[in-house]
Amino acid sequence: MKRSTTRIVWLIALLLAAPVGVGLAGAILPAFGYLPALGGDTVSLQPFRDLLNEPGIGTSVALSVASGLLTTFVSVVGVAIFLAAFFGTRTFRLARQSLAPLLAVPHAAAAFGLLFLIAPSGLVFRLAALALGFDRPPDLLIVGDPFALSMMAALVAKEMPFLLLVAFAAMPQADAERRMRLARSLGYGRIAGFVLAVWPSVYRQIRLPVVAVAAFASSVVDVALILGPSTPAPLAVRLLGWMGDPDLAMRFQASAGAMLQLGATLFVIAVWLAGERAMGWTCRCFAHTGRRFAEDRVARRFAVLPVALSGAAVFLGLAMLLMWSVSGFWGFPDLLPRSFDLTTWRRALAGASGPLWTTFVVALAAALLALVLVIALLEGHRRRFPAARAGEVRLPSTIAGLLYLPLIVPQISFVFGLQVLILAVGLTPSIPLLVAVHLVFVAPYAALTLADPWFALDPRYERVAASLGRSRLSVFARVRLPMLTAPVLTALAIGLAVSVGQYLPTVLVGAGRLPTITTEAVALASGGNRRIIGAYALLQTLLPFLAFAASGLVPILLWRHRRGMRAG
Amino acid sequence: MMDDRGLLLDGVEIRLGARRLLTLDTRIAPGETLSVMGPSGSGKSTLFALIAGFLDPAFQASGRVVLDGRDLTGLPPERRRIGLLFQDALLLPHMSVGENLLFALPSAIKGRHARREAAEAMLDEVGLGDHFARDPATLSGGQAARVALARTLLAEPKALLLDEPFSGLDAELRETIRRLVFGLVAERDIPALLVTHDREDAEAAGGPIVALLAAAEP
Repeated sequence: MKRSTTRIVWLIALLLAAPVGVGLAGAILPAFGYLPALGGDTVSLQPFRDLLNEPGIGTSVALSVASGLLTTFVSVVGVAIFLAAFFGTRTFRLARQSLAPLLAVPHAAAAFGLLFLIAPSGLVFRLAALALGFDRPPDLLIVGDPFALSMMAALVAKEMPFLLLVAFAAMPQADAERRMRLARSLGYGRIAGFVLAVWPSVYRQIRLPVVAVAAFASSVVDVALILGPSTPAPLAVRLLGWMGDPDLAMRFQASAGAMLQLGATLFVIAVWLAGERAMGWTCRCFAHTGRRFAEDRVARRFAVLPVALSGAAVFLGLAMLLMWSVSGFWGFPDLLPRSFDLTTWRRALAGASGPLWTTFVVALAAALLALVLVIALLEGHRRRFPAARAGEVRLPSTIAGLLYLPLIVPQISFVFGLQVLILAVGLTPSIPLLVAVHLVFVAPYAALTLADPWFALDPRYERVAASLGRSRLSVFARVRLPMLTAPVLTALAIGLAVSVGQYLPTVLVGAGRLPTITTEAVALASGGNRRIIGAYALLQTLLPFLAFAASGLVPILLWRHRRGMRAG
Repeated sequence: MMDDRGLLLDGVEIRLGARRLLTLDTRIAPGETLSVMGPSGSGKSTLFALIAGFLDPAFQASGRVVLDGRDLTGLPPERRRIGLLFQDALLLPHMSVGENLLFALPSAIKGRHARREAAEAMLDEVGLGDHFARDPATLSGGQAARVALARTLLAEPKALLLDEPFSGLDAELRETIRRLVFGLVAERDIPALLVTHDREDAEAAGGPIVALLAAAEP
């Protein structure tokens, strides 16, 4: 029994990591010119030579690396100083509640929202125009600025709340309350006390999501298509162009580019890990000096800014999307449209119903499949330790490493390889194929969400149930699953949200034949019709939002007469 | 055969690597409670886990645990018919008090009505007659302990294992619950094993007392 559960755990982990390996293999061979299906039957360095001869390729790589590092740095620092300044205060609880819905907002929708705020004709300049009295949008290159600053801003606005929510969940394990009391009783100010005594334990727990953010930001495509520069674009965007080039020979160069992207992302992660060490060392040096930084009231006031700005940007962005989607004529610098009408929505709903349906079916299937696999994996692992106490079981780092690999390796590097292989094998794009590829990205998030609560449930409940003569299956179905209703539904909702937000894998594997609401929305970026963009971006947000709302409501309704089942 | 009845610990020895944690060779007669005392780390909970069927594979156990003539060695917990009571009541929080009891009631008792009646009767027996529909989270500590006891007995266990079941209760309540538990053990005529660090608990059990020594450091 024990051996077979071990085998199941490894099997599932390998199954979920295999596409990364297979996909990379599928990109490595053509990168060196070998792909018989496209007439490449000799190994050469020509694809890399072609790649390096592309104009501006150095700039593209630099943009990707900078985006990976800066986005992550700003997001992590914002989270750290926010927690440090506000842990245990009302602001802290407020942020916890109000930022949770932001998880539902897909990257593309957040980017469109920011676009409507910071574009020369966006809300910010309308406010400025009213204050300063100009009546036409300034001629500024903000959207698509050559340094990709607005793209990074959108990434930060989306990732900082995400990391903050992950950090919230990690707080109890860091024993924050007692350590803060200790530090402050020793005379440390709030910020210094938190950074020196609590943050290291919090950071250790959120490290994986942080690295995933770095990997994502260094290879992002959808946000880059909406807000990023085009002269030249970040590496991943250019790769996508080559991958879809009608000239099939470009696939070789694209494969070489996928390898370059992999290198760039690994470089970002390596620099980040080195930076971690440097930061840790600096903090310890500060701690050794014994300086208390007790007077930090001014600093604390500014510490709210990064988180507040990101939260506000996403929320206001959503409001602007809504406003544009129902606006009639809306001239500059008016803060509100002159008239409202629903023509846009009528058009959008007519055009988007097919893609919406595809999105929903794929997301639901991928999220459910991921949930089943993740539960089988967690439960299989847990059963290897029949006598463990609550919270004692952890996923070993080898299993976790396999499971989270798809979040670390840039999507574009291995999904392209998968696409090449899919073509080589002769498969046509289909819903099951899309579900399978989404599953690769959904499962790690489901596992991240579910692992801690799964192992934290007091196993004595199940021991009591077994001693009452209940079979394993009955104990699982009537004790473990119901007691974990809330985290299981949250994992399902997060899975759904992750699938809905997938742009790149959908475009590559769907090959344009399986449009989802996300691919349709991003495709609108170049057209610039704000009304229709607003409607599509909102529709894109709608599915995850409904999923999160349901996952929050169902346990409350289900257990409304059971006080012991309330949050805890 | 009368001789078979009771819980027989036949040359039980538990080791952790080279270290011998405990040895025990005794028979607990039906209706009798054996108290096992010892400081933490003396192997009390390991003995408990061995008998209940949850022993950590890190330990090596030898000897046999025999209940009413059935050798339990190697049997999964759900087939041992040994009732457990812990310090915490561990009532399933998603079920009502009554559902917790129905969950324990053997499926051989059929029919909604008959099952409900059996559960109500058991609630009466522990003095909580009209609590069937209650949310377990709203019970007092003493009430929860009674429901836990009722649930355990309803599964018709052939033996009881008690892991410090009274230590969460205040002095007065402790006395009442103790009397209830030991009274029911005697009434049902089943063997019980009490693991505790409290001498008063052990004495109240009225049966033999075994003291485990703190395990010697290797």
